[in-house]
Amino acid sequence: MTVKARDVVAQVVDPELPMLTLEDLGVLRDVDVDDDTVVVTLTPTYSGCPALATMRADVLVALSRAGFDRAEVRTTLSPAWSSDWISARGRAALAEHGISPPRPNDGPVDLILMPSRPPLCPQCGSVDTREVSHFGTTACRSLHTCRACGETFDHVKEI
Amino acid sequence: MTDHDSVDHGAYTSLVEADDDARWAFGTSFDDPLAGVDTTVPSGVDATALATYCLMLADDALVLAQRLGEWTTHAPEIEEEVALANIGLDLLGQARLVLARAAAADPGVVPALPERSPVPVDDRLAFFRDAAAFRNVHLVEQPNGDFAATMARLLVFSSWRLALLDDLRGSADPVLAAVAEKGVKEVRYHREHAARWCVTLAQGTDISRERMIAGLRAVWPDVPELEGTDPSSAFDQAMDDVDQVLQAAGIERPDVPASGGRGRDGVHTEAFASLLAELQGLAREHPMGRW
Repeated sequence: MTVKARDVVAQVVDPELPMLTLEDLGVLRDVDVDDDTVVVTLTPTYSGCPALATMRADVLVALSRAGFDRAEVRTTLSPAWSSDWISARGRAALAEHGISPPRPNDGPVDLILMPSRPPLCPQCGSVDTREVSHFGTTACRSLHTCRACGETFDHVKEI
Repeated sequence: MTDHDSVDHGAYTSLVEADDDARWAFGTSFDDPLAGVDTTVPSGVDATALATYCLMLADDALVLAQRLGEWTTHAPEIEEEVALANIGLDLLGQARLVLARAAAADPGVVPALPERSPVPVDDRLAFFRDAAAFRNVHLVEQPNGDFAATMARLLVFSSWRLALLDDLRGSADPVLAAVAEKGVKEVRYHREHAARWCVTLAQGTDISRERMIAGLRAVWPDVPELEGTDPSSAFDQAMDDVDQVLQAAGIERPDVPASGGRGRDGVHTEAFASLLAELQGLAREHPMGRW
């Protein structure tokens, strides 16, 4: 029963980055069955991420459709989510959809006052890209543009 | 929203109830941000003191989030508007977590609402406390003023909050430690953003430099109030970081007298009254409201 429930939950996708499952995003921490209740543990990406409420609702709907009528979603804050939790499959899916995936974290972002390392353009692969905004369409993304092909693209921030 | 004590607006009710299409839940499901987190206060930790400390942390974030939100549709460029809204959203998320933590540690801090009111505890604390119960510093409640003043404030505030949260990762309260751990990652980006703007404006044109200097001067009287927050080492660390940015910007710390604000004691500025009226007015009209 736990294995089946886990399979169901693992296929739920992120509402803002639907090319990623919650598992690929790294926010799915646990699926367990306690008596006859499925207990799913999620962790937020950012403290104020409004997608978490939708993820909870989506998980409950998916479980209910698969016949699990008793389910609850719990939150865990620790260890804190990091972009390093996005799986290799998730990174590939982001790039395939024109979103530049996060690079491995180098540790704390010190006060550098310099433009950060430019991400590669997910369309043409050029390194000649420029940051348009440190904060993009969602809390977890920044906005960039490619000088080589002219495309504007999102980059999932290293956090 | 729906009012339990008035007509049931069926069309709206359906939006907030979980159904097959969970997209309708987006942004409307304001459930407990600490759902499933063990909120037992560890032995040796004073629950009342913990709650008071959490309110202070939350109120700083909530009030600055409100001020940052005021820039929406007024910022110099649309990307900046998005950035300020994103920073505000991070702070709002942190505020909700610590408000919920305060309520779980000491339910006595939560304002009483009519029996059966569905308003959750974090909303009760945000929307139903009077000014005197807010513990935020004056720095965050001052009106935005010039864009440069907003950036100067964000530089000082995020430098200080970053140092504070970094310290709180070792808190005796595991919930606060976990919130701090997340917050550190977010506030680093806020500081970076403000620092870059301060340098850009100071090293830009004569006008942008003048305005950056004036902006820093405008917020500086409220900076010393931060020093009174435990641990005061966070303030020293923040000032070191701010100095580093000011050096890169080629400007000096303003020489202005401290305002002597006592926001931590619930004494606030006149401007705070109108901020709270805007923040709380709608929620207070509907103490039985479900959003």
